[in-house]
Amino acid sequence: MENQQITDALQAQFGADAVYGVTESHGILQFTTGVDNIVPMLHFLYAHPEFKFQFLTDLAGIHFPDAKGQELGVIYHVHSLENNVRLMIKAYAPIDAPHFPTITGLYAAANWMEREAFDFYGILFDGHPNLTRILNMDEMDYHPMRKEYPLEDATRHDKIDELFGR
Amino acid sequence: MSNSTVQVAEAPPGVEGAGFFATSLDNLVGLARANSLWPLPFATSCCGIEFMSTMASHYDIGRFGAERLSFSARQADVLMVMGTISKKMAPVVKQVYLQMAEPRWVLSVGACACSGGIFDTYSVLQGIDRIIPVDVYVPGCPPRPEQILDGFMQIQELAKNESTRRRNEPEYKALLASYGIE
Repeated sequence: MENQQITDALQAQFGADAVYGVTESHGILQFTTGVDNIVPMLHFLYAHPEFKFQFLTDLAGIHFPDAKGQELGVIYHVHSLENNVRLMIKAYAPIDAPHFPTITGLYAAANWMEREAFDFYGILFDGHPNLTRILNMDEMDYHPMRKEYPLEDATRHDKIDELFGR
Repeated sequence: MSNSTVQVAEAPPGVEGAGFFATSLDNLVGLARANSLWPLPFATSCCGIEFMSTMASHYDIGRFGAERLSFSARQADVLMVMGTISKKMAPVVKQVYLQMAEPRWVLSVGACACSGGIFDTYSVLQGIDRIIPVDVYVPGCPPRPEQILDGFMQIQELAKNESTRRRNEPEYKALLASYGIE
């Protein structure tokens, strides 16, 4: 099973525009797709008689503040255990309306991962059964991994910029 | 017992005579408290490992009358907070402190518990003194067992020397009120 086979099959199924930005890193195929394609694509890869991408290794959010209109991204890592082939799919949405469809219907493991991406990036997974914060305290009123927020704790007063050469 | 190397705690200053010894109640209570402090270890990370060493036979915190670790807050005298306290953990620390009966002392062990340490970040409480009053700070990352014992001995000094009624004083009440306790 070659990486080219996978892209060919996906482009045949979803159209040539659905798979773009195709690269390969450490032998792992990576590509970007539209938000609308994510769920049918993962279902297709899961059910495909040869590919059998039936294990969701990871699901993570990401924030690119300079990419206007597609600031927030979700990255899906899937693994075909039978073929020992991995695959990385990316999709982006604007920060004003960061809506992604949930993939919990296919992978139950996505439940907590999507909650984590919501917690840290404010990505909204439509259809998620329980989209609440998972790691940060419930009272937190922002999504701390977004780049516009400082990494350092805002309540700390003893750190004087001068002492840190800033 | 003439060849024993065990040292008994020194008696407080007082008047001694044949068959009697007179001292102030404060001194007597302080002596008793200081030499039977029951610590409640609240260990969340690497400082907790140092505490295990402090507690075990080599450093033996039992030499200071603290061999009885109290995992129930109700019976504990010293809350030893060792390790990074995240903001999500903060209400738990506070609740444990509230469950302790007076007199109670707090020993903050390690840079993280004292000030947040290297974790100057959105998820970590920047020092437990933001939620509960702290009596003794032990700096270090992590501190050696000797340092933890030194901090513990400072707590003993507090227990020995403070008035038995200190906890009723307006300053102490104001301190607790500043933390929103009682």
